[in-house]
Amino acid sequence: MSHLDLPLWAAVPAALLLVGGAVLTLLGAVGLLRLPTFYERIHAPTLGTSYGAFGIVLASVIVFSVSQQRPVLHELLIAVFITVTTPVTLMLLGRAALYRDAPKGRQGPPQPPT
Amino acid sequence: MSATIMGVAIGLAQLALALAIVLATMRLILGPRAQDLVLALDAVYVHTMLLFLTLGIRTGTVFFFEAALVIAVLGLVATLALAKFLMRGEVIE
Repeated sequence: MSHLDLPLWAAVPAALLLVGGAVLTLLGAVGLLRLPTFYERIHAPTLGTSYGAFGIVLASVIVFSVSQQRPVLHELLIAVFITVTTPVTLMLLGRAALYRDAPKGRQGPPQPPT
Repeated sequence: MSATIMGVAIGLAQLALALAIVLATMRLILGPRAQDLVLALDAVYVHTMLLFLTLGIRTGTVFFFEAALVIAVLGLVATLALAKFLMRGEVIE
């Protein structure tokens, strides 16, 4: 008997959330590698910090809550922390990139189609 | 039965996250300019934190949760400091 011997109604959603979150994070990493310019690449890893982190954290909450038979919610702290801090850091990084690109006449962010 | 489902799911998740770390490291090696390196380092931090959470689900201890929280805070501070350095040329003015 390990702590992973959950009832089936808890194991299936936890497994789906875990695999879904990890695959979305992998897609974000593929985008980080494949997209052509920096201003497009900066969007890709946020797939992992939003949906990926939420999926894995929710799976962890389900597993620990069911196996210990009490609400275990401290993993949500990580999800809230990541969701709040990632936009701040990436906005600062994007502004720094714009500032570095401006005087050299390099190509800025791609313009939206008109 | 459900232990098998969870074991397979955790294995797949760990494989996907490890592959994500490899891809982000490739961007860290290739990245043409400094902001690409900072972005890739931030991605490596986040993926490592998610890998620690998955490892915590596999072992069933709270130890990895605390390690993941520390990694998240350190990643935030590192990325903020590097972005500030790229912007202004020094971290603390």
